[in-house]
Amino acid sequence: MSNTPSITEPNKVEEKQYATLNLGPTHPATHGIFQNVLKMDGEVIVSSEPTIGYIHRAFEKLAERRPYNQITPLTDRMNYCSAPINNIGWHMTVEKLLGIEIPKRIQYLRVIIMELARITDHLVCNAVIGVDTGALTGFVYMFQQRELVYEIYEEICGARLTTNVGRIGGFERDFSPKAWAKIDKFLKEFPLVMKEFENLLKRNRIFMDRTIGCGGITAEKALNYSFSGPNLRAAGVDYDVRVAKPYSSYEDFDFIIPVGSNGDVYDRFMVRQEEMWQSLSIIKQAIKNLPEGPYHTEVPEFYLPPKEEVYNNMEALIYHFKIVMGETDVPKGEVYHCVEGGNGELGFYLISDGGRTPFRLHFRRPCFIYYQAYPEMIKGSMLSDAILTMSSMNVIAGELDA
Amino acid sequence: MEQERVIEVLKEKFEGEILQIETHYDFLTLSLKKDKIVEIIHYLYHHPDTKFQYLTTLSGIHYPDLNQIAVMYQLHNLVSNQRIRIKTYLPADNPVTKTLTPVFLSANWMERETYDFFGVRFEGHPDLRRILNVDEMIIFPLRKEYPLEDQTREDKNDNMFGR
Repeated sequence: MSNTPSITEPNKVEEKQYATLNLGPTHPATHGIFQNVLKMDGEVIVSSEPTIGYIHRAFEKLAERRPYNQITPLTDRMNYCSAPINNIGWHMTVEKLLGIEIPKRIQYLRVIIMELARITDHLVCNAVIGVDTGALTGFVYMFQQRELVYEIYEEICGARLTTNVGRIGGFERDFSPKAWAKIDKFLKEFPLVMKEFENLLKRNRIFMDRTIGCGGITAEKALNYSFSGPNLRAAGVDYDVRVAKPYSSYEDFDFIIPVGSNGDVYDRFMVRQEEMWQSLSIIKQAIKNLPEGPYHTEVPEFYLPPKEEVYNNMEALIYHFKIVMGETDVPKGEVYHCVEGGNGELGFYLISDGGRTPFRLHFRRPCFIYYQAYPEMIKGSMLSDAILTMSSMNVIAGELDA
Repeated sequence: MEQERVIEVLKEKFEGEILQIETHYDFLTLSLKKDKIVEIIHYLYHHPDTKFQYLTTLSGIHYPDLNQIAVMYQLHNLVSNQRIRIKTYLPADNPVTKTLTPVFLSANWMERETYDFFGVRFEGHPDLRRILNVDEMIIFPLRKEYPLEDQTREDKNDNMFGR
């Protein structure tokens, strides 16, 4: 920054002064508990210092005392915008450790739920990008659709936000006819609303001027910062866990991975938008090709038996007791399983020493890893661009702080 | 690229550094000596046959029986879709190792998190402070000597189930 001469004393050079601005932790524009202490030169950000951990809940430590089925509720409090992906990712980690084969039907049902969750995750993110650029209308329309998905969750597992959906080995109950009807309703209504939303912003001159070139990151930098998910793909790297390491029968489905080129807000918006279309197509394929079969696997040590069996069958009673008290030992092992979460590679690194609880459980949380690039991404940009960059990165406070 | 090739590449230059080679659920896990860990990762980053240029995750594990803290690095080659896990063991009383930040920018916060929870000091780290816990905290909570529940509680009788 060059020093400007003073008006009153032309010979004396005025010293440049920066203003310190405390953004957050509970600023309404940051959509979560994030604090950034910004050094400002007028409206331009010179440097920023993020502070995180405001909602740290020590999940990794808590998990060391809990039996495996009780860890599921911890996982859905991480990325609460797409809780079912976290839940099912955790179930699959345990199934991998135990070596349980999951029937095709369950895998397809899981894909349906996970893709619905991905849609809600991206939908919130993109709607909020609209809000931060001044288009509140789209947000309201899109949130109505999220409500429809939450009603589907409600029908399947009884909960809406922190879903705790599924069990180790499958689902707690089969999808009811009402649930299928709700899915059909969503699949019918959502594309129309999404098309409208897309038309509102996609080629909107104001929106494009506002977002193109804002908060960009190069592919090299993004890789070095271990970006994953839509943010990495917006920078131009076609890495998607669903394709790189298919889980839950993703290899059966036909879908494309959208990639961007500049890694800016507009690219991230467009990548998420296209991913929602792809998710819709995956759900339709899964429903069309849904195989016949049971909705849960026979893993009596982990799958709670039906109540009438508990009352009438000795073995079921024993298993019921063991599961509720968390007295089931698991084999020793060290396993890493990753799924494509709403924000990227969501990994579960689990070490079991043969007891009832994990010896160590580490969550690879994509938000935590890519949020550290944020100060670099907003350096030299305007304050309002910094807000936009944060919402387009879809930083979720729960996932950031674990 | 096969897992054998990775081991071969490593053995060409760092034969003496390898403690153990295991495979856990198809995941190649190498236990290495602590001294040259950053050099080895840097070598694997640039070697044309390995090119592990993506740091998936980095974390700590406390083994109270061995009185050691392991630092676990998971690397990924996105082109050949090959993953490896590298573990290095540090004494729990004085866990010190070198920082990985010159190779991977993303190691910055992951190392801060590992310091925060295990007290592993990464030499040369640009800003080694606590990240998720409060700065005033004096313990490293994910170590096994800090039990989750207060062990002196008397209002809870767990004789039957032991925990």
